Amino acid sequence: MHRLQGLRGRISYDNTGAVGAQTWRHVKFVEQTPEPGFGGNAPEMNSWSFSSDVCKHCENAGCLEACPTGAIVRTEFGGVFVQPDICNGCGYCVVACPFGVVERHESDGRAFKCTFCYDRQKVGLKPACAKACPTESIKFGEIGELRQDAEKRIAQLKDRGMQDIQFYDASDTSVGGTHAMFIVRGDPRQYNLPPNPEVPTVYLQKAWRSSAIGALMLLGGAIAAFMMDGNGRRG
Amino acid sequence: MSDSARITPRTPDESSERRLIEIRREAKSTGKVAAEGVRPGGAPFPMASPETGYYGIPLLKEPSWTWEIPLYFFVGGAAGAAAVVGAVANYTGAERKLVRDARWIAAAGSVISPALLISDLGRPARFLNMLRVFKPQSAMSMGVWTLVGFSAATSAAAFAQFLTDRFGDSFPVRVIEQAGQAASLLFGLPFSNYTGVLIGATAIPAWNENAGDLPIHFGMSGLSAAVGMLELMGNNKSRALQALGLGAALFECWAGLRIETRHSPGLEPLKHGGSGSL
Repeated sequence: MHRLQGLRGRISYDNTGAVGAQTWRHVKFVEQTPEPGFGGNAPEMNSWSFSSDVCKHCENAGCLEACPTGAIVRTEFGGVFVQPDICNGCGYCVVACPFGVVERHESDGRAFKCTFCYDRQKVGLKPACAKACPTESIKFGEIGELRQDAEKRIAQLKDRGMQDIQFYDASDTSVGGTHAMFIVRGDPRQYNLPPNPEVPTVYLQKAWRSSAIGALMLLGGAIAAFMMDGNGRRG
Repeated sequence: MSDSARITPRTPDESSERRLIEIRREAKSTGKVAAEGVRPGGAPFPMASPETGYYGIPLLKEPSWTWEIPLYFFVGGAAGAAAVVGAVANYTGAERKLVRDARWIAAAGSVISPALLISDLGRPARFLNMLRVFKPQSAMSMGVWTLVGFSAATSAAAFAQFLTDRFGDSFPVRVIEQAGQAASLLFGLPFSNYTGVLIGATAIPAWNENAGDLPIHFGMSGLSAAVGMLELMGNNKSRALQALGLGAALFECWAGLRIETRHSPGLEPLKHGGSGSL
């Protein structure tokens, strides 16, 4: 009997390359091997799960906290936005993003990421990805309503037999929730969604404490060394 | 890695050959093929799985920084430490030459550092944008302002030193010298090791898991470099410097050992490959 265990044993391959500012591709796809006859599929057929690899527009955004020019700001629509006229390409946001979203463009020099279609939202349009999606898999709306919709949808999917469904929005981490939320089939790690994202400011206290200790060591050591060295004194 | 995550390249064998023939027959007669195919030998196919992530593509983006930045870590750390050593040496009445040399190292470092940093920027012409905000929660913002203060202070102290050497003592020059020296000490202390905070407070596990040790490590390394430079400049009889050099080396090793002996999956890059050998 051929026991289908989750996603093991099947081959699929993403040949679009890494998703980021260089490639501008932003849909990930993962092959699922469903239960026989699940969802109306023929028993031996695989199915695909797609994930839009947008910026997660974190409530506590690592990139925003890290940006030393103030280029990265929160917009009135709740998104995190890199102002391209201010960014000087220091690249600190790149190492501060726990989701691996923002990237510095090689030839342009500035950092780029999903803008939450700020230009479209400013004139009352919905983001391009949500507009284009033919199945309304990508939904855009008021965040409270979307959360309710998600709850209903997950309950629906669980009724259909999908037990490996979860809601992914990092709300139980220091990120404090994201404005881009996902209903994920299977383990989020296979979509390169980190299981425990943290906004890197959580490491600041430990790091600055170490810096203070280091400074004290430097100062104390120098004072001690020069005080005890009588021979080095002049006059 | 579990077996399902590691795909071993296979050599052709009877069973896979038979399976291929089966597949061809089935496809020809029915137009579709049931169940699994064959995993050919050669390049292993990446997979999407919890263990390998998304087709082996890294989750985090790699830093966009190039050689200027690690060189700056070295130069800046040494300059900061030299400023502190020079000031303390002066206050405790140490040799004039030592104080002067330390001031020059600090000042030179405070000029080379911004040059390195600005050249690494994606848009170097916009470097002044760094001064748009003062943001305590950004280690880079704090670093930029510390660098500004440090540069001003060490330049003032070095300039006063130059004037004194050229034209002799004078009250206004002494004022500049003392003010510059005090400020060099004040700014030099954080400047010598804040770069450890800078890389510790990021999303990269190899860095943030060591955030409590990197600043001390960087600071002691900077002190070590400053002492070395001072000794190379001829201050090799100073017992104070020798003691400082020894202490710095010891503590740098201690912090380094703490980092190297920490074990976790995120720290693999410290142990394997190019970064591991460094």
